[in-house]
Amino acid sequence: MTENAQWTHVCALTDILPNTGVCAKVGQAQVAVFRIVSPQGAEEGVFALGNFEPKSQANVLSRGLVGDLGGVSVVASPVYKNHYALTTGACLEEETLRVPVFAVRVVEGAVLVGAQQ
Amino acid sequence: MTVSSRPKLVLVGHGMVGQKFLEQLHAQSPDAFEVTVLCEEPRPAYDRVHLSSYFTGTTAEQLSLTPTDFFAGTGYTLNLGEGAATIDCAAKTITTTQGRTLSYDALVLATGSYPFVPPLPGKDRQHCLVYRTIEDLEAIAASAKQSKIGTVVGGGLLGLEAAKALKDLGLTTHVVEFAPRLMAVQIDDLGGRLLRRKIEQLGVTVHTQKNTKEIIDGETAHHRMVFADGGHLETDLILFSAGIRPRDELARASGLAMGERGGICIDNHCRTSDASVYAIGECALWEKKIYGLVAPGYQMAEIAAKAIAGDTATPFLGADMSTKLKLMGVDVASIGDAHAATPGALTYVYSDEVAGIYKKLVVSADSKTLLGAVLVGEAEDYGNLLQFALNAIPLAANPEDLILPTREGGAKKGLGVDLLPASATICSCNNVSKGALCSAIDAGNTSIGALKKCTKAGTTCGGCAPLVKQVLDAELKARGVTVNNFLCEHFAHSRQGMFHLIKMGSIKSFDEALIKHGSGRGCDICKPAVASILASVWNEHILMPKHQSIQDTNDYYLANLQKDGTYSVVPRIPGGEITPEKLIVIGEVGKKYGLYTKITGGQRIDLFGARVEQLPLIWKELVDAGFESGHAYGKSMRTVKSCVGSNWCRFGVQDSVGMAIKIEERYRGLRSPHKIKLAVSGCTRECAEAQSKDVGVIATEKGWNLYVSGNGGMKPRHASLLATDLDDATLVKFIDRYLMFYIRTADRLQRTSTWLDNLEGGIDYVKKVVCEDSLGIAAELEAEMQGLVDTYECEWKKAINDEETLKRFKHFVNSAEADANIQFVNERGQIKPRNALEKSTVGEPA
Repeated sequence: MTENAQWTHVCALTDILPNTGVCAKVGQAQVAVFRIVSPQGAEEGVFALGNFEPKSQANVLSRGLVGDLGGVSVVASPVYKNHYALTTGACLEEETLRVPVFAVRVVEGAVLVGAQQ
Repeated sequence: MTVSSRPKLVLVGHGMVGQKFLEQLHAQSPDAFEVTVLCEEPRPAYDRVHLSSYFTGTTAEQLSLTPTDFFAGTGYTLNLGEGAATIDCAAKTITTTQGRTLSYDALVLATGSYPFVPPLPGKDRQHCLVYRTIEDLEAIAASAKQSKIGTVVGGGLLGLEAAKALKDLGLTTHVVEFAPRLMAVQIDDLGGRLLRRKIEQLGVTVHTQKNTKEIIDGETAHHRMVFADGGHLETDLILFSAGIRPRDELARASGLAMGERGGICIDNHCRTSDASVYAIGECALWEKKIYGLVAPGYQMAEIAAKAIAGDTATPFLGADMSTKLKLMGVDVASIGDAHAATPGALTYVYSDEVAGIYKKLVVSADSKTLLGAVLVGEAEDYGNLLQFALNAIPLAANPEDLILPTREGGAKKGLGVDLLPASATICSCNNVSKGALCSAIDAGNTSIGALKKCTKAGTTCGGCAPLVKQVLDAELKARGVTVNNFLCEHFAHSRQGMFHLIKMGSIKSFDEALIKHGSGRGCDICKPAVASILASVWNEHILMPKHQSIQDTNDYYLANLQKDGTYSVVPRIPGGEITPEKLIVIGEVGKKYGLYTKITGGQRIDLFGARVEQLPLIWKELVDAGFESGHAYGKSMRTVKSCVGSNWCRFGVQDSVGMAIKIEERYRGLRSPHKIKLAVSGCTRECAEAQSKDVGVIATEKGWNLYVSGNGGMKPRHASLLATDLDDATLVKFIDRYLMFYIRTADRLQRTSTWLDNLEGGIDYVKKVVCEDSLGIAAELEAEMQGLVDTYECEWKKAINDEETLKRFKHFVNSAEADANIQFVNERGQIKPRNALEKSTVGEPA
């Protein structure tokens, strides 16, 4: 990611309920954006992964439940419950499965999605 | 032709024992002998123990005991339809019934026995038959077609088996016995009397102390049996089952040593008087005894196979003649010294003529050792008692407890399998010890099926099957195969524990539960589990913003996610009753949105292929037409299936549809550890299949019978009867209590069937809690359920009227477009998801 990268404003941070995801259209890509908040209510960041879940071949990852497994922040596919690490896109159960990671940041309450990393 | 230098072994007779011998021989010394088997019957060894099942549909193939590839695999030669005619012991040759001469180095006689037919005039008339081979059964079946009345001569074990066969063939059945009681060898007078009454209740007429003098032409039937006491019996078919005699004519002619009353004399290694000739099974006489059961025959087969292989370490030292069987549905068992013949032996007797149960224990003079037992009417204790007797396990202070019925609250009596020594024989038919079972379990055979397959325990008479299961369970437990039932890594509590903590601690959100009782951030296991508990305890709307992040996608969109990312819609159709107008609405909605429609197993209609943005539109139309959410998406009460009941059905005794609607409307929306399905049948014909449901209600003349914890699906379980003849109010009360008790105590995703199977005390315990209020919580359970009933809301009605909730029903947060990856093709006039390979890859990042 460079400073010149194209950033797309997708929604306000408050449009994403704590510890859920939404799907954003970024160019022709579908991007799942997750907002992580601690149980005490502290914002802990936003994460963006490709919305296409390779095991089910469906655009559903934004609808998965987020959480942590062994300390790794993950989202569970709502179809077959396989988990993807929010920071790397790697599938915990099947090495061959991986979803792309996108740059994402919050500027003045707006969620911006950048390039695929 | 191959010339073999291996020693030649000939086996005469291929019955159960013969086959067992071949298996043992192959196991002992696979290629040591060139083996030829002579079998006079037209088919290889089959199961004679379960012969009568041939008349109830078991085929000759299913009765076969010979694996199809056995002879190919072992290289042994089987000659069917060819028996032995003569033996020349000096020349070591045998002539077959086909006139061939075979030489042998070792000869094994397993010729079995033949049915004894008393030498009375008329015994050879037509329709006078015996019962031993499949050919005999075919003859009986043919004769039965021309007969109305059938009579068995002989009231022993085999005679009663034969009587069952005649009964199954639809004949009016009589049993004629010479002795004063049935099964004179195995059971005593009192037991015999009870057995007789039970068998007569089943429509078989028993005549004891009848000595048949002759058989002559009948007046009303084919035959007349004339008795020594002057009486007579008219019958069309006569089946002799008056004991067996060893098939020893071949051995006798060849000069081998014989018993005075027949039987080929053998020593402790099954050798006859000629060192090269062995005899095993029912043709063999050991210590002047013929063993007419399969288990001793199997033992002899093993010992002979070992002796031939040069291993004479284990001698035959007699066999246990204990036996358990079901005679026409009546359990009968006899163990050891059933007649208290041992000097000084004492007895305990329990007789319940009302329930039809008789039990007797025979103990040693000091009442420390069990010598024998007789069980009639109920033989569940057989396995335990047999172990006490066989292993001389010291009896506890009150041996009578072993046969007395358990009192309420009493500890489970009997013997823990832990007490058994490794040498204890668990399966006597196949001589499998507890130690052998344990080794097999160690080798990874940890299911009953695998264990039986590996050890053969419980595969012959089946009497030891419950004991095999007990050994397996105890061994698994001893090996520490215990699983903790914590929810997941975030909560070190079971679901039941969490339920309690949430209720007692007035916890109202997942975050609160996590902070107080958990660690980390939660996951897709604990979040929906806690969501379900919160819904069961507080019935807060699952759409509340604070609960959104913990709902599985089904509960989030109030619809069922399908494999392609679309959802399905199931409106509630209480009791499966629907007006034509409502049917039309469903049809119109399906047509308008292009949905695939299918009738479900729960008597409703499922509409597939809806995109998230279509869901509120679809539901708006359904709610406007009076439909409610069917909760098919939740771990919740699903449907109450019903038959049409007494309003229309000629056989119905209650209004099953009315009751189904009442129940469905009461429990709609109820959240639970797993889905709950119910059904109501209007009569005992059970057309609603209520006994395969979590809660099944079946109408009776007087009210309703309540069944619980049934299941279809992956692990079917027949529901258990909880209560009978309930009035409407009590029925609902009991269901309230039962469901709430399940919701409180079950594990996550545990159906009521597994829950009950794992509940200490099982159905009896649930009966006490639900029907007798043994825990004193019935009022509480009812109040909790009433609270949920009172706060029910249709989730969809609420959702379509709430702007905030409606916002979530779109695929993109920043566009109104649909997901272009969702594509359909047509099949049988409806849509189905397009195969991934046929799809354009729109939406998939490159």
